[in-house]
Amino acid sequence: MTAFIEKLKKSGLKGRGGSGFPTFEKWQTVLMTKAEQKYLVCNGAEGEPGVKKDHYILANYPEIVIEGIKIGLETFEKSKAIIYLKSNYYREFGGKLKELIGDLPIGLFEKKGGYLAGEETTIVSILEGGLAEPKGKPPYPCKAGINGCPTLVNNVETWYHIAKIDKGEYKKSRFFTIGGKVKNPGVWERDEKYPINKLLKETDNYPDFDFFVQSGGEISGEILLPSELKQTARGQGAIIVYNREETDGWELMQKWINFFHQENCDKCTPCREGVYRIKEMFDKKIFDQKVLKDIFYVLDKTSFCSLGKVVSIPIKSFYQKIGL
Amino acid sequence: MTISITINGKKYKAKKHQSILTVLRENKIYVPALCYHPDLCVKSNCRLCVVEIKGRDGLYTSCSTKVEDGMEVITESPEILRTIRTNLELIFAQHKEECADCIYRYNCELLKMAKKYEININRFKDRKIGVKKYRLGDVLVMDPNKCINCGNCVEVCHKQKVDFWRKKEVDGFFEVMPNEDKTKNCVYCGQCVIHCPVGAIEAKGEFEDIEKPLENKALGKKVVFMVAPAIRSTIGEEFGLEPGTVVTGKLATAIKKLGADYVLDVSVGADFTTTEEAKELIQKFKNKEGVCLSSCCPAWVRYVECNYPEFRKNIATTRPPHIIMGGLVKSYFAKQIGVKAEDIITVSIMPCTAKIYEITRKEFEIPSTSSGRIRPVDYVLTTRQLAFLLHKNNINLAELQEGDFDNLMGEASGSGVIYGASGGVLEAALRNVAGEIKEKLPVVFVSGLDKAKQILEELKEDPDKYAGVEVMACPGGCVGGGGQSVPTNKEIIKKRAEGLRSIDNQKTIKRPKDNPIVNKIYKDFLKTEKIIKKYCHTNEEN
Repeated sequence: MTAFIEKLKKSGLKGRGGSGFPTFEKWQTVLMTKAEQKYLVCNGAEGEPGVKKDHYILANYPEIVIEGIKIGLETFEKSKAIIYLKSNYYREFGGKLKELIGDLPIGLFEKKGGYLAGEETTIVSILEGGLAEPKGKPPYPCKAGINGCPTLVNNVETWYHIAKIDKGEYKKSRFFTIGGKVKNPGVWERDEKYPINKLLKETDNYPDFDFFVQSGGEISGEILLPSELKQTARGQGAIIVYNREETDGWELMQKWINFFHQENCDKCTPCREGVYRIKEMFDKKIFDQKVLKDIFYVLDKTSFCSLGKVVSIPIKSFYQKIGL
Repeated sequence: MTISITINGKKYKAKKHQSILTVLRENKIYVPALCYHPDLCVKSNCRLCVVEIKGRDGLYTSCSTKVEDGMEVITESPEILRTIRTNLELIFAQHKEECADCIYRYNCELLKMAKKYEININRFKDRKIGVKKYRLGDVLVMDPNKCINCGNCVEVCHKQKVDFWRKKEVDGFFEVMPNEDKTKNCVYCGQCVIHCPVGAIEAKGEFEDIEKPLENKALGKKVVFMVAPAIRSTIGEEFGLEPGTVVTGKLATAIKKLGADYVLDVSVGADFTTTEEAKELIQKFKNKEGVCLSSCCPAWVRYVECNYPEFRKNIATTRPPHIIMGGLVKSYFAKQIGVKAEDIITVSIMPCTAKIYEITRKEFEIPSTSSGRIRPVDYVLTTRQLAFLLHKNNINLAELQEGDFDNLMGEASGSGVIYGASGGVLEAALRNVAGEIKEKLPVVFVSGLDKAKQILEELKEDPDKYAGVEVMACPGGCVGGGGQSVPTNKEIIKKRAEGLRSIDNQKTIKRPKDNPIVNKIYKDFLKTEKIIKKYCHTNEEN
């Protein structure tokens, strides 16, 4: 273990892409895997609607992100980096990033495909020139990613914190995006365990109407009632506020399921067919509990990748807590 | 390295790096799997082959999970059952049941699963009803209403370097469809057909038209069945026999029972193909006319025409065995039995879907008795179609007495039989010309279009690298052909090829040169170069 990875371990940093996997473990695996070529990917796909933190970081602290990647390049021999950006980020920040990169071995790549194209094995497949479909794990990308080479995929925010850790400035913070029916939408950096209600109040966003919150992202996030806001935001740290009275439950659920239907890759049966069958029901405003339960069951238990596994989270929590 | 695992409480030996599914299959423990094919990548798309592993949370797809020493696998539990049932019901919602006219009627994996797991196959309404079928050159038909999106066809088509099938997004679904790139042509090899787990792709008229040839009997025609080499070690599988079981005699009896007037062996035709192709090979080599490419695989010929037209001139002009055979039947043989060519209907039983297209090629036409030109072969039935026809007529091939091919066209040499497996055509030619040339003849044989492509690329670099090349488009040759029985995989293909070899081993006449019928027909009928050209070579002016 290098001195920096030791530091990384001590910091307790977890991936900011949503899964919360300990970052040092990925680094250690890439370090230990012998290879002629290693790849570092800075994932700026930010595909989950409602999440804007990577955008915020790229707009305000691009030099810190590049510093983070530089540490990666120094840590791993024979490594190259790729900054993988969703199209509008590519257009908005490409120029500035190129300037900062200079002659470092860092390339820019414009994301192809939708939501799934932000998932790490799908990124690997796309960067290899393949389909926008997830790959089976194992092998994990940090062992055998792009063209079989060890590939470290970290989120933009993770790279930002890596630079902070190196400088001894990391204070276990993360970036929260606040959106929906609020006065001051935006992005705030706070302690990683910061409670949702406290953040809403502090940013003058706490609603004065009957409301509920979606925690994590506008699609895959879980629905929380005002009484549940002592916890911190999940996943990618977005907090979406809804006016309970004004929100049409069917419309909301249709939005979610249409998104999953459009954005999934159709590789596996439960996600391709199951999501479609839920969509079919919601389009007709039918709510068949038995069918839903069975489909959620196979989605949770047998989806190929994490997209299928999150489908049930918003829908289940919505009808359990808010109802139709 | 051998390891030990437990399955449902019983200990089993396994090899490290094997998948759980492989070990389950080796030990005949059933788990359902549709997208799994031993010759393809593990995709784990269908999500049916799930198992539990003691000490780990959740379910695991057994196709994609490797065994580990001491692993405890459970294949039956309420959770597994519930999962399989729902996923199977979702799969059925993509697959329109047209069982009455499906070739898999007697052997359908999906229906077996539906029964075993007692599912409601109509729980969900069919999703793709009304989607148009894709018809490929009057040879193959793909019905998206039956496709379960497993992707096997796309993968195998890519493996063949044809890339005709691909997935494209339509209304939020990635569906299988023909490539929009018009330079990607289907070569009709039929590999997609035998790798589709649910019969979504079939040969044209695979069910509907199989009765047609015999209907000609009512019109006073003589119906002649001609059986390709690779059928005899395959078709037994359709009647519960082990792959590779040789059923030549039973096959002759079965076809007679169907009502055919004559049953002939295409291997005799192969002896003529060998004779002519060997001549071409030597001539091209001696005259330095460039490489001689084999001509009896129609998918390969079409692949060259579509993708490497510059090599078209290198393809041997010699006709494929059943085409020569059909020509001889409608000329030499017709005279023997005193029937006009027009009154003979020839039916080739082929391991191949591309042969359906081949018989329509104009350059194979022959003179008719009156005026004009006719096709040497009128119909092609695949191995699957013949098996279906037999099943339909309650003819159980496995239980039949041994019969004989009609001997009016004599008996084939061993060379004619090995045509059905990769390497056989070339070996036959070499047996026939052994001793005729002193120089070393650089030759190569390959099967699978991916490998054929490599050879063509090598020849582009160095045109003299090979004097002769035998290509069979399907992996393993015709024993692995797109018209063969399902399942077809490497292991089964190997056994079918061994079956053909065993016939060759028993033959005393090994090569066409020594075959009396070949010599007799050359003496009595194929007397001049002009006649030989008419019946044994392509006639481009047609």
